[in-house]
Amino acid sequence: MAPSAPPGIGLLKGLGVTIKHLFKRPVTLMYPHERDELAPRTRGVIALMDENCTVCMLCSRECPDWCIYIESHKETVPPAKEGGRARTRNVLDRFAIDFSLCMYCGICVEVCPFDALWWSPEFEYSEYHMDGLLHEMDKLREWADTVPPPPPLEEGAVLPAEVSDAIAKAEKERELAAAKELEAKQAAEAPTPSAGAGPGKGKAAAEPEIHVKAGEIDQETYDQLIAEGKSERMARSKAKAAYVKKEKARLKAEAEAAGGADAGAPASAEAPQAAEVKVEAGEIDQETFDRLIAEGKPERMARAKAKAAYVKKEKARLRAEAQSDTGEGTGADEPAEVPSELGASPEAAREALHTDDGAAAEPAADATTTDVPAARKLGDVHVEGAGEIDQEVFDQLIAEGKSERIARAKAKAAWVKKRKQAMLDEEGGA
Amino acid sequence: MMLLVTSGVAPYLAQAESILDVGETFVIPLLLKLVFVLGLFFVVPLVAGYLEHKVMGRMQHRRGPVEAGPFGTLQLVADGIKFIQKEDLIPSAADKWVFAIAPGVALVPAMLVFLVLPLGPGVFALDLELGLFYVLAASSVSVLGVLMGGWASANKFSLFGGLRAGGQLIAYELPLILAAIAVAVQAGTLSLVGIVEAQAEFMLFGSAINLWYVIPQVLGFAIFFVAALAELSRPPFDMPIGDSELVFGYMTEYSGIKYAMYMLTEYAGMVTMSGLMVVLYLGGWQLLPGVPMPGCEGAGGLFDCDATGTLLSVAVTFAKIMALIFVMVWLRVAYPRLREDQLQRIAWLVMVPLALLNLAVVTIAKVVY
Repeated sequence: MAPSAPPGIGLLKGLGVTIKHLFKRPVTLMYPHERDELAPRTRGVIALMDENCTVCMLCSRECPDWCIYIESHKETVPPAKEGGRARTRNVLDRFAIDFSLCMYCGICVEVCPFDALWWSPEFEYSEYHMDGLLHEMDKLREWADTVPPPPPLEEGAVLPAEVSDAIAKAEKERELAAAKELEAKQAAEAPTPSAGAGPGKGKAAAEPEIHVKAGEIDQETYDQLIAEGKSERMARSKAKAAYVKKEKARLKAEAEAAGGADAGAPASAEAPQAAEVKVEAGEIDQETFDRLIAEGKPERMARAKAKAAYVKKEKARLRAEAQSDTGEGTGADEPAEVPSELGASPEAAREALHTDDGAAAEPAADATTTDVPAARKLGDVHVEGAGEIDQEVFDQLIAEGKSERIARAKAKAAWVKKRKQAMLDEEGGA
Repeated sequence: MMLLVTSGVAPYLAQAESILDVGETFVIPLLLKLVFVLGLFFVVPLVAGYLEHKVMGRMQHRRGPVEAGPFGTLQLVADGIKFIQKEDLIPSAADKWVFAIAPGVALVPAMLVFLVLPLGPGVFALDLELGLFYVLAASSVSVLGVLMGGWASANKFSLFGGLRAGGQLIAYELPLILAAIAVAVQAGTLSLVGIVEAQAEFMLFGSAINLWYVIPQVLGFAIFFVAALAELSRPPFDMPIGDSELVFGYMTEYSGIKYAMYMLTEYAGMVTMSGLMVVLYLGGWQLLPGVPMPGCEGAGGLFDCDATGTLLSVAVTFAKIMALIFVMVWLRVAYPRLREDQLQRIAWLVMVPLALLNLAVVTIAKVVY
């Protein structure tokens, strides 16, 4: 064999490559100190929302590793109506997942018909001993609080069936109410020719949804939360929410400014377009939280209520802003049947109807509803039981010796009923 | 021999004094020298190891050690503590005595080299008249430890590794020594301090331009560097370890403190070989050719220094040693391991003839001028 060619330029090239890379930034993520941004559907741990669980046992049976342990007992629920039949229901006593057996296939999450099981991106639950990986209901429920909200629907996507159904139903109800009111009005005073045009106009005012891309974070909020000693993960998610909120507020303000300018022209009889007021949940109202804790409420309940309180406040604030923004531009050129001092009323009415939590008794809502038809067409009142419960009912039931689960369920139902009633009252009163 | 002496002074006769020779008694300098050598032996290799971790990491877009101590500087100390805690496993079929003492046989010669390595004016334990000879002789004993470990492990991979190491070390000992002889010829002395002094006084063909030996003997330097890499079994010459072929070569059966001793031998070898290259080719503790050290007066502006000059000299030496170790790490990252037959072919067909050529040229030039 002939001696190989003298080592030449190739060796030097190799050295050049390595020395070049010496001065590049390392790609290492210093994990415990800094964290990667996890994908929204990361399979970190399986979380349980036990209030949704009906002990159907589907998850346990489908689990390939048989690592889900469920225990329950039956309880008899007294008939709802006089002379009705008493019913039995399963009450969950124990729900445990052995994560030393779990292979993270996610079949249980897929199969759960009641959205009781969720993937949470939490992944730091390693243990020194294998026994420690068997996690009971309380721990699984804690993880449920870390489940991120689902990503927003795409532009123009079909709404989920339950949402569109609820909207249709609410709209129908409102139309009926409006018709009644209109009749009453016509009976009371001379019918104005333009009154009939109200609904049409309202319809014409299409409502732009404001979509804000998530992903960025609000640095201020982030820094502040970190300074308050919050965990990095929580701070990040809150800062993200804050960013989205700010961005939405900004976009809305812009849209309204544009809408206001349009409305200034005499030709545009349509109501200025108002953005839906949407408030990202996730933050809590610290005052309410502290108060509830001081009253001896459990931390979970206090948190939930404080969250609701926060959302309520935030909505009130945004609406107030929106009103002050739009009121100036539009007032003079409103159609005749709308009193000029209520220039901003269509938006306000719509917003009031969009609230899906305890925002019923907001002061702004009081002034709104003279232009009911316009609002009715657009609203999508639906009351979502987002975990809130009616504390009174709950306490009472507990005092009567009912199980905590039943009390919670009833209290929830009571809360939803109240909310609906409040909304109806609001409309009727106006 | 006197004909070869460049200046009026005969450096190989004037044995330099160590700064550790204080007082009249025998004991105090002895203790000081012990502390000096052991301190060098246990600290400098760790610095070299840290440098290797960091440089390798950065070349691979990693950060290297970061957690143990500030910037991960104590990583190797932590490793050492871990090794001490580990169970000392000896295979049941092993030749137990040989297995046990083999790491020591490898380690002690690496330590002995520090005895004569001059780091600055007077900063050495001993200035032997036969310093260069002593260094080469002592460092080649290490191969015995490797062979013993490979044989005693009663493991075919260990045996392969040990024999590969034996063959490799014999093959590269020759060009290494031939390159070193050329330096000794040019300097006219075997004393390491004397070689530094000779370099400081070496002028380019009667002109006033001072040069280190790396310029006239660039071929010799290249041979010495490659042979040193092979002597140390450093990549790309790490066939005795060859983890993709031989598990871990002669270290396969070793764990705990004995394994740590082998690793320390390797890093200490890197330091001593780099130190030797600094002394033989890179002007010792001279900052730049022809530049006298501030605070020094003696020959070439490198001797009879005050405290500042001494410290500066030591700093210069360490900087040069670390630069050479950096190059060793750089080569490790850049090049893949050679094949065993390529290794032997390079040694016998390229290195030895070139080293002989280098020696012949240097000797002829020395006699002519």
